[in-house]
Amino acid sequence: MNLTSRRRLLLVGASVATLGLTLSACSSGGAQSTKSASSADCKSNTYTIAMITHEAPGDTFWDKIRAGAQAAAKNECIKLNYSADPQADKQAQLIQTAVDSKVDGIATTLVTPDALAGSVKAATDAGIPLVGFNSGIDAYKKLGALEYFGSDETLAGQTVGERLTSQGVKHPLCVIQAAGSVALEARCAGVKAKNPGTENMQVNGTDDSAVVSSIQAKLTQDPSIDAIVTLGAPIAMDALKSMSAANSKAKLVTFDLNVDAAQAIKDGKIEFSVDQQPYVQGYMAVTALYLYLKNGNDIGGGGPVLTGPSFVDKSNIAKILPFAKNNTR
Amino acid sequence: MSQETSAAPAVTTSDASNRVSLTWSNRLLRRPDFAAAVAAVIILLFFFVIAPSFRSPDSIFTVLYQSSTIGIVAVAVGMLMIGGEFDLSAGVMVTTAGLVNALFSYYLGVNLIVGALVSLVFCLAIGFLNGYLVMRTGIPSFLITLGSFFVLQGANLGVTKLVSGAVSSPDISKMGGFSPISSFFAGSFVVGGVTVWNTVIFWIVFVAISGWILHRTKVGNWIYAVGGNAASARAVGVPVRRVKIGLFMTVSFLAWFVGMHSLYRFNTLQAGNGVGNEFLYIIAAVVGGTLMTGGYGNALGVAIGAFIFGMTSLGIVFAGWDPNWFRTFLGVMLVLAVLMNLYIKRLSTARKVG
Repeated sequence: MNLTSRRRLLLVGASVATLGLTLSACSSGGAQSTKSASSADCKSNTYTIAMITHEAPGDTFWDKIRAGAQAAAKNECIKLNYSADPQADKQAQLIQTAVDSKVDGIATTLVTPDALAGSVKAATDAGIPLVGFNSGIDAYKKLGALEYFGSDETLAGQTVGERLTSQGVKHPLCVIQAAGSVALEARCAGVKAKNPGTENMQVNGTDDSAVVSSIQAKLTQDPSIDAIVTLGAPIAMDALKSMSAANSKAKLVTFDLNVDAAQAIKDGKIEFSVDQQPYVQGYMAVTALYLYLKNGNDIGGGGPVLTGPSFVDKSNIAKILPFAKNNTR
Repeated sequence: MSQETSAAPAVTTSDASNRVSLTWSNRLLRRPDFAAAVAAVIILLFFFVIAPSFRSPDSIFTVLYQSSTIGIVAVAVGMLMIGGEFDLSAGVMVTTAGLVNALFSYYLGVNLIVGALVSLVFCLAIGFLNGYLVMRTGIPSFLITLGSFFVLQGANLGVTKLVSGAVSSPDISKMGGFSPISSFFAGSFVVGGVTVWNTVIFWIVFVAISGWILHRTKVGNWIYAVGGNAASARAVGVPVRRVKIGLFMTVSFLAWFVGMHSLYRFNTLQAGNGVGNEFLYIIAAVVGGTLMTGGYGNALGVAIGAFIFGMTSLGIVFAGWDPNWFRTFLGVMLVLAVLMNLYIKRLSTARKVG
């Protein structure tokens, strides 16, 4: 009696779950076909690759990295396991989990090299090839990662600093939207290295109206600010609002792209964007592992492969805008 | 004697001849917003002195705008806390409200006004569910709304990604119904060369309504009663469940309101936004003299709390200080405000006896 009722419950549960799965499979059709990595045209998966990042949930930038990784995985019939956690210890744990589940390859961001070193070593000890991407350009070799794909943040910052200096900018404001990010600090430090008048400012990146008011307040407080450097496309859009509210004539420069920022470059509201091409980072990390596993290739020959800085300005925006709309640039 | 304090919000009846009549200083000290008002004046003067750019009317209205985006939701969060409950889902619900409107209208090609109403119904349903679950299960609202916080945070990302293929909502500025709804929620007007955002006006209106409800209506008495002691409130016939569910729905209504503002001011929303703002609403309420345990606080205090928040967050920038320290200031201010509230409350109770 007890057993049968429990069995019936199980049966009901199972059928509900199946129904749920079927429904979700149906509803994810259409435009979502790019989402599932191992799709119908693959008969079986070639390899399983784990991608682990320090993504803060809901950032358009990471979405592009993921889109690139998924596109690569789909092309080569790879099963892609994506996971992310912004906290170093949790990210290390995710890498360890990938090692434990004996994946064929691991692609990870190396944002906090010291915290991730142990897990990276566990992967290489287990004979699992691991590539770094997005961050950790100075550390990937020491940690034992095979290859590295990404931008040199300091170099990118310096390029911005140089370009601003050549335009006669004296006092740029570098806006950091996430507290304590090594990569964002490195960018601003790079800007400051080539334009000593640079001042940093911290804003709350999860609240647009707070970002607008804060930058607006800063522009009012210090009218000598003649350029704003934002480190993410959505923040650049907020900065535009602050500038018009504060009647500021400052130049606006940003890192990264989204549709709105690309449009603003086209309209001449943003001078230029420094693109590290996140789509390429995700795509290359997965592809490199595939080529290594399949063919023993070593892309970059031990040196880092740079995906940026690539400048997007009035001269090339017409070509890039459609890709931005496609969420790949 | 404790009876005297807990009965504070109840309006004195005319025939209370046996009551101790209070001097004006005692009355002032007994107000929950008194400490906050003093703090606000001190902070205001402080920034006036050290930050020249803070002194212009433009700057003051920037501060008021910043305060209003926190303050509007804080009005409801304050009332909810007076009613003895918490809502940790309020921060992400603001983003949910905007996302529901944008995604619904964009992908079904429906006029934005309809989308806004759908979003309103959706938010009220979440508020109802929060309240219903708290009342039905007896689980503390802290836990129930922590749950809905996570559910909404995940759904914001998951659903947005599923529907739009990206983690931000599509740009809705070219859709039908945009301009009337945008000029209502995200409009501004110029008075004497100063830009005033509509949200500032709405904020004042909501504070006034909240003050009226709390102090001039039966429902207001009920709110203090359920926050003070739900069991005895029920015993004297207060519909505890309805009052509390109503308060949760008020929070979700005002979260929706601010969500509409963010969507229509920025035309698009990032799905990860809003996290952490729930604490700012609670901080505004607490700094404004609302008691964490319920039953004590008022609307003006919560408004002053939000104003202090806006003033500090931007004052630091106006002063040219390193805003990295802002959260530290906020924390210190929070603790100071609570200490001051406690001190003044003791002072007023002690004096009354003598």
